[in-house]
Amino acid sequence: MTFNNQRRRSAALAGGLGVALALTACGGGSGDGDGGDAAAAADIDCSAYEEFGDLEGKTVSVYTSIVSPEDTPHIESYKPFEECTGVTVNYEGSREFEAQLVVRLRSGNAPDIAFIPQPGLLRTLVEDSGEVVPAPDAVSANVDEFFDESWKEYGTVDGTFYAAPLGANVKSFVWYSPQMFADAGYEVPETWDEMMELSDQIVADGAIPWCAGIGSGDATGWPATDWLEDVLLRTAGPDVYDQWVDRSIPFNDPQVEEALGQVGSILKNDQYVNGGLGGVTSIASTEFGDAGLPILDGSCFMHRQASFYQANWPEGTEVAEDGDVFAFYFPSTSTDERPLLGGGEFVAAFADRPEVQALQTYLSTDDWANIKAQVSGPGWVSANTGLDPANLTSPIDQLSAELFQDESAVFRFDGSDLMPGEVGAGTFWTEMTSWIANDKDDKSVLDAIEASWP
Amino acid sequence: MDWLLRADTTPEKLLVMVFAIVLFVAVMAAILYAVDRPKRISNWVVVAGFLGPALALLTFGLIYPAIRTMYQSFFDRTGANYVGFANYSTIFTSDGLQVVLRNTAIWVLLVPIAATFIGLVYATLVDRTRFESFAKALVFLPMAISMVGAGIIWKFVYEYRPNQPNVNQIGLANQVLVWLGFEPQQFLINSPWNTAFLIIVFIWIQVGFAMTVLSAAIKAIPDDIVEAARLDGVGGVRMFRFVTVPTIRPAIVVVFTTIAIVTLKVFDIVRTMTGGNFGTSVVANEFYVQGLRQANEGLGAALAVILFVLVIPIVIYNIRQMRLSEDVR
Repeated sequence: MTFNNQRRRSAALAGGLGVALALTACGGGSGDGDGGDAAAAADIDCSAYEEFGDLEGKTVSVYTSIVSPEDTPHIESYKPFEECTGVTVNYEGSREFEAQLVVRLRSGNAPDIAFIPQPGLLRTLVEDSGEVVPAPDAVSANVDEFFDESWKEYGTVDGTFYAAPLGANVKSFVWYSPQMFADAGYEVPETWDEMMELSDQIVADGAIPWCAGIGSGDATGWPATDWLEDVLLRTAGPDVYDQWVDRSIPFNDPQVEEALGQVGSILKNDQYVNGGLGGVTSIASTEFGDAGLPILDGSCFMHRQASFYQANWPEGTEVAEDGDVFAFYFPSTSTDERPLLGGGEFVAAFADRPEVQALQTYLSTDDWANIKAQVSGPGWVSANTGLDPANLTSPIDQLSAELFQDESAVFRFDGSDLMPGEVGAGTFWTEMTSWIANDKDDKSVLDAIEASWP
Repeated sequence: MDWLLRADTTPEKLLVMVFAIVLFVAVMAAILYAVDRPKRISNWVVVAGFLGPALALLTFGLIYPAIRTMYQSFFDRTGANYVGFANYSTIFTSDGLQVVLRNTAIWVLLVPIAATFIGLVYATLVDRTRFESFAKALVFLPMAISMVGAGIIWKFVYEYRPNQPNVNQIGLANQVLVWLGFEPQQFLINSPWNTAFLIIVFIWIQVGFAMTVLSAAIKAIPDDIVEAARLDGVGGVRMFRFVTVPTIRPAIVVVFTTIAIVTLKVFDIVRTMTGGNFGTSVVANEFYVQGLRQANEGLGAALAVILFVLVIPIVIYNIRQMRLSEDVR
């Protein structure tokens, strides 16, 4: 090593450190100020947070699975709260949320608040980690006032209320093209029997009525689980559904087998599927995001999928009752009781500092729901009954909000999110995939899932 | 100094990285300097100074987790109750896991044989031809991309679209089938052939490695042996069988065992292309699913131990062969 080399090396090191220091000075402290004026200007009732004392300068960390671009409306919706109380909210979204949250809890690095997308995960966290803090009274009062009682149940574990609901989505929708229906002279079906007659009519007219896809990478199979849950709600009713989910009846109960047979009468019927995409097995090879697209070029008439599917239509597709695509409520056997399958996130806290409790309270108010609706694009809705549907951007979201607030609607949370992770995010998905792709019979599928229950 | 522990912006993260590297260099320099300084120093201190950090990290990062995993495999899903060999018996009796073992066996048998054979033949064919460098670069290219990248490329190749008038095929394989007048196939869904199609992807990647090593070995064959064989009237295939292959046998063995070890680890291809569905899962994928997604730590640990046990004979054989070839020289 010559003297020259040594010189050059230390010069490079010093230079590198200097550049890095300069960059820090320039780049640090970004990420505030721009945008969110609409949210900041909204006036909310600040007196609700005075009970938590002086919170000026405190910070709360929020950890969620909601990443860009859906995270921007969330961050903006916190501005009125931050102005009221002086608290800074640090939002962190991650695609590896479900795995990383458990890791963070185990390593003692828990966030203050996390948005839990499954009540089953909430229960696991409460029981295994013991770090979830029960919700403060103000939050409990808000949930009693604004939400249907089933929502409070989902945030409760063993009698203690932990987590208030945040956003929600409705899964009991069937997407269709109003134009195609009008051209062929079809009416939107109001009952299950009408829907099956419509399917037969479409087959008689020489077309394929349904398109479906369950591909989703690691989570392949989840749309098929939604089909089974939705149909079970309709064939056996919400009470049996509850028993099935908490295992008062076994997973492979005869009523469930009957429901699975009903699903098979659509999904495994090669006259009914898979419009524009192939045969029955193509349901397993088609990504769920692509499965409804044949509606746009006329190859398929109906696609059963949740309200969040509106984000999957290509740019320029008009989602409205008189537009290119719209959705009708997945009909039940009668028009009196309308079961509603859906999902949502829950706000769980791992710390009980006043500023954390204040943020929890804010997120459970109707103020937050309305502000969030105003700053969000299409694709967001909440089950908060204080939400004014007019604040929502998309007709589907407005329809979802109206369904949530409808008296005859009975809401039930997506079953696979309530079951233990090994089933709901494991064997339920893989067995349903096998049911479609390998034509496994109904009984074996249900028995296999039942056997895997921990 | 809050930014050291919680770096938010990119420049801060870069600075933390520089800081970590500088810290590591400083510690290593301090150790080496301390070992070098004293005039009379016993041998073991010098050895400890050089080997110490590496050994410490190995013990902490490799040996300790290995022992812990083996320990965990005798417990149940949360690690609370001792269950003895229950996890192992589940692996060998459960239908789903038997399929996983069967798939792993197929992978370990087919990939090394095919990759080594194709690599060897290709290396022999392009040896000393005009386009040698170009041909070798072409075959070596797949090794340069990540396995996930290769998985995605081939996923598109195998993509299925129905053979309807208004639908275009986007997968190369199915397009060729349609041009030849056949029906498009669901390559990735139809078990058990889907495993074969996944294996093709991995062979495609590993042939580059086999070819490179074997080509170097072929070039190292002494010229006088080849000339002597030519004078004896040996040419073409017989030259290959009786001169080339026996002479480079150590290299073939090394390539074969290395590819076998890598095949046992295959995870990216299976996870990217089918997610382990449709009966294609292998042990490495399955222990990830069981250990991290199904939160069944005992079963995941047991699968990892089985993988370890499967690899040991191959590694021992590999090391013995390397020792033998060194002795010969």
